[in-house]
Amino acid sequence: MGSGRLYLAVALGGFRRYATYRAATAAGVFTNTVFGVILVYTYLALWDEKPHLGGYDQAQAVTYVWLGQCLYATLAIQGGGAEKDLMERIRTGEIAVDLYRPADLQLWWLAGDMGRALFQMLGRGVIPFVFGAVFFPMALPTDVTPWAAFVVTLLLAAVVSFAIRYLAALSVFWLMDGMGVNQALMITGIFFSGMVLPLNAFPGTLGEIVRVLPWAAQLQMPADVLMGETDPLRAYAFQAAWAVVLLAAGRLVQSAATRRVVVQGG
Amino acid sequence: MWIRSSMTYRASFVVTVFGNLLVTGLDFVAILLMFSQVDSLGGWSLPEVAFLYGLSATAFGLADLTFGSMDVLGRRMRDGSFDILLVRPAPVLAQVAADHFALRRLGRITQGVLVLGWGLLTVEVDWTTAKVLLVPVMLVSGGVIFCALFVAGAAFQFLAQDAAEVQNAFTYGGTTLLQYPPTVFGKDFVRGVTFMLPLAFVNWVPAAYVLERPYPLDLPQWAAFASPLVAVACCAPAGLAWRAGLRSYRSTGS
Repeated sequence: MGSGRLYLAVALGGFRRYATYRAATAAGVFTNTVFGVILVYTYLALWDEKPHLGGYDQAQAVTYVWLGQCLYATLAIQGGGAEKDLMERIRTGEIAVDLYRPADLQLWWLAGDMGRALFQMLGRGVIPFVFGAVFFPMALPTDVTPWAAFVVTLLLAAVVSFAIRYLAALSVFWLMDGMGVNQALMITGIFFSGMVLPLNAFPGTLGEIVRVLPWAAQLQMPADVLMGETDPLRAYAFQAAWAVVLLAAGRLVQSAATRRVVVQGG
Repeated sequence: MWIRSSMTYRASFVVTVFGNLLVTGLDFVAILLMFSQVDSLGGWSLPEVAFLYGLSATAFGLADLTFGSMDVLGRRMRDGSFDILLVRPAPVLAQVAADHFALRRLGRITQGVLVLGWGLLTVEVDWTTAKVLLVPVMLVSGGVIFCALFVAGAAFQFLAQDAAEVQNAFTYGGTTLLQYPPTVFGKDFVRGVTFMLPLAFVNWVPAAYVLERPYPLDLPQWAAFASPLVAVACCAPAGLAWRAGLRSYRSTGS
């Protein structure tokens, strides 16, 4: 019970840290709204040309765009969440201090990232989404059940997103510098999460591949659950499976990495 | 100095240029993905869109290479290191532009030029002298229009301090917007980026002349050749805003 309180405090810290930058948050809201408008127009032109692309109608495509803008910072789809601090701490060696703490390293960072995600969602995600709903026709459910199911997928999506970024950050133990990894996170995140185009609109074999990769758990699954395009239980299973696999891999790499730090004399 | 510092780690430099090429190339991959599903977007074919994209991306790349470090400004003001630039005997704007001058941004230009080249080779146009000459004019004046945007954005940071992202909405948002045909967007939206923020003169209007497409908003024929004038006209308010911002600057005092 005591450790539960500890991680809650860490999460609150993550929340508060991002809440400090109010002007930056407002700027982010503005940017996400502008990009949302540009994307909506291009999607509408695309769906005009080919109605029901990827099984979506126009309103669903619009909803997908605004959901993407809402979750962009929340899930740190192109990176820039807790993993950035972690990389910096590994690079400078401050990570040694974290290892001394009587807390689990992975859970500690997960808690902090969850706090960050919650703030980014409330502070930065909700406004562009509401803007979209007001000015463009969207396909949103009217009863509570799909929304409740949606919240669960969001939570799982946040865990999968963290697990991917945590693994990437740990690579800095060997690479010593996070620049290349950050770039890789950015490219894979934007492309495979479906920020450029819904994954179900990807053509042929490429589509089949991207839909089973872990990035599909981040934007595609929550979107499909919200719009009733997929069975929630199927989505949960997919997301949870990836979460378990990636977190376990993170643990393995972490123990290998920390052994290395000790060998170096920390 | 910044060039030499980035060349110190040659391998890292090559990797980041390549990475930049990939990151910026994602936009075009998105367009290719869209065209894998349809034959035209807003009535424009893939080579035509590639032509638009190449013009916008290259012009933006030129501006990004010279003024792309402007977003460091907010951080410099917050940590107080901006004051150092003020006491040096060189124009502050030139110093900020050279700050963290990153040759790796060549990746963005390279990618734009590649797509532009491909667009030029595949697009069906009856080339005339005027059309051929218009292409480099578009690149230069487009680059200057984007530069003015960067400078205006930097001036805004004197007010907003840690809101560099607002600038991104106009610069990166602007170039993304211009990568798609004007027919895709709503009339009022096109009006806004023609008369209020004259981005349309980077490529939409002159490219409509080259491709013999109807002009956005039924602009007169000569509008296609107005880009250099528009570019010069953009620099004046941007420069004024920069000077006003600089004069209003109060150090953090920390």
